[in-house]
Amino acid sequence: MSEQKPAAQVGAHAAAIFRWAGQVVLYALFAIFIGYFATQPRYRQLGSDEALLRLSFTHPGQIIANCRERGAEELAKMPANMREAQDCPRERSPVHVRVELDGAPLYDEVFSPAGLRRDGAAAGYRRLAISAGEHRLKVEFNDDARVNGFNYEHSQTVNPVPGQVVLIDFSAERGGIQIK
Amino acid sequence: MMGGSVSSTGHDVKPANAAARLLHGVERALDGVFGVPGNPLRQLGALGFHLFWIATVSGVYIYALFDTSITGAYASVETMTTAQPWSAGLMRSVHRYASDAFAVVMLLHLLRELVYARFSGFRWYAWVSGVPLLWLGLAAGIGGYWLVWDGLAQFIATAVTEWFAVLPGFGVTMIRNFLVTDTLTDRLFSLLAFLHIGIPLLLLLGMWVHIQRITDPVTAPHRVLAVTTVVITVLLSLAQPALSQAPADLSRVPEWLGLDWFYLFALPLVNRGMPGTLWLLTVAATLLLVALPWLVPSSRAPAAVVDLANCNGCGRCFTDCPYGAVIMLPRSDGRRHAREAVVETDLCASCGICAGACPSSTPFRSVTLFRTGIEMPQRPMGALREELELAIKGFDDADLSRKTAATVAVFACEHGECPAPRDGVAVLRLPCVGMLPPSFVEYALRAGVDGVFVAACSDGDCEFKSGDTLLRQRLAGEREPSLRASVALERVCMAQCADVAATEWALAEFRAGLPAALDQQPAGAVLAAKAFARSRHHV
Repeated sequence: MSEQKPAAQVGAHAAAIFRWAGQVVLYALFAIFIGYFATQPRYRQLGSDEALLRLSFTHPGQIIANCRERGAEELAKMPANMREAQDCPRERSPVHVRVELDGAPLYDEVFSPAGLRRDGAAAGYRRLAISAGEHRLKVEFNDDARVNGFNYEHSQTVNPVPGQVVLIDFSAERGGIQIK
Repeated sequence: MMGGSVSSTGHDVKPANAAARLLHGVERALDGVFGVPGNPLRQLGALGFHLFWIATVSGVYIYALFDTSITGAYASVETMTTAQPWSAGLMRSVHRYASDAFAVVMLLHLLRELVYARFSGFRWYAWVSGVPLLWLGLAAGIGGYWLVWDGLAQFIATAVTEWFAVLPGFGVTMIRNFLVTDTLTDRLFSLLAFLHIGIPLLLLLGMWVHIQRITDPVTAPHRVLAVTTVVITVLLSLAQPALSQAPADLSRVPEWLGLDWFYLFALPLVNRGMPGTLWLLTVAATLLLVALPWLVPSSRAPAAVVDLANCNGCGRCFTDCPYGAVIMLPRSDGRRHAREAVVETDLCASCGICAGACPSSTPFRSVTLFRTGIEMPQRPMGALREELELAIKGFDDADLSRKTAATVAVFACEHGECPAPRDGVAVLRLPCVGMLPPSFVEYALRAGVDGVFVAACSDGDCEFKSGDTLLRQRLAGEREPSLRASVALERVCMAQCADVAATEWALAEFRAGLPAALDQQPAGAVLAAKAFARSRHHV
């Protein structure tokens, strides 16, 4: 018995050390797990020799058809407070956008006006990685269904460095197509 | 000698799948390292609350120093990190790592309940109410990174707005806020800060709702674990302080990003041009999680039934029910008692803890038909007493003078490792040991059994939350109905029986020590016990 007691104590101490060591190791592993995945592995969102082309606009197109002049007889039948000389459709034209990069078509899309009556603004957004360096960018824009082809056109040479954003926007107030 | 019979309670115990057995093994191994009370895997819900509060306290501190403007946001965070590294900088890092640990704990909590199939039946409410917490937690974390307004925040802004742009009603308007710096306003940053406060508040509300159907929910981990969590978070913050990336510049896109994968794991999918796929996955995962309790229903044992003739409205069942399935209402049968127990069957876990708490569950009652105030139809107390008496009769019919080991009545939880019946060992199974009225222990001992062994399921992880704790308190005289002080406690053993070897070892140890305990009693007491047992056999 006298030999067993120290042996039991040694065993208990060994077990306690094992538990403490185990806790330290497991807590450390958990901390390393949290610490590592909080920032690693790093994510590459763009190639080293790539730039980013972003097309974005929100623009109400022109009305879908010409206004019609109301005749005197028609106006007379209308309530006095609604006698507008012209009858204009609410619906707006879809916006047709075509983008060419170095002569190659990149986008050729039609964006519909928003709203149940299609009387809201058309909006578009596209994002595409392109190679950095000099490019010839041609953007054509049509916001009027009564016009064949495109009623806005803009060409520009861009020379983005890697990681640079080239933004294509549209603002009728600022003269139409903007390439920044 | 005759062995006792294993009873079937009619309660369909779901067999553990391979994943559950594996997880159970891991938890047992961690019990050996951390001890049961300190095992983090057994306190994931409480740990989640704890981490939430760490993130909240550290978040309030850094918010006081945060500038909610386009130009000031990044600068103020940088000032915290570089100019006040031991205060605000440390708090920023603690905020980040506590939030990361919260995400991990939340996911582990979900997976653990999933593996143990604790999502259907009466648990559907906690499961379903937990699903929105996943998304609120993610939204809170993502919003926090947005506020720093560095390259990572720029990536998040682009990805999140592109993700939402797929939905009708959002369109590209949100995206256009983050196209050029000119379109950004300080007001937008105020909105983002408001969201980063509001979403965690919603999360807290959701956490409160999540635990509403649990009586006495554990929302604080064991003290050692709580302190250790804080220490680890601080140490990690010192070892690897949270740093900002380069300031946001909408005219440029950083090639590499250090993503926090705990919160931002899904955004690369949007960056790869698949926002619709991410919505599909999100909606599918949500629907699957919400529908799971009904897609994989659990077999439902009958709910507890109140017998008003035996209910005096004492409210012990109401107090002890772990899931709030018992409510007390004004008396409906005209008896003089003020209240009566009523079982909400949808909430009832069929654990029987209420029956164990009922003072009328004493087997010493000399009524012809032994019924209790609140009863489990699949395991009535009368039948339990009959089984016990039959087992004792078996012991008694054998020649006790030639017995080589003590006789033991085992009351075993169906969810733990039940000892095998053998000569001198009768095993009576219960849905939960919390169903065992302490008077049954005394009854068995007075009927001539040498010892009573209670085999509970795993310590700290009772299938019904608190059955083992309640019984332990009752046996210790700390809770009503309690074991009478005259009962020799050395003849009673309550063990956690999470694995077969531990169970059999604990039973063998207890049994080996019993004859000595019995021998210490006056001979008259032994004879009286045997006479009592014989008299019961003729009832």
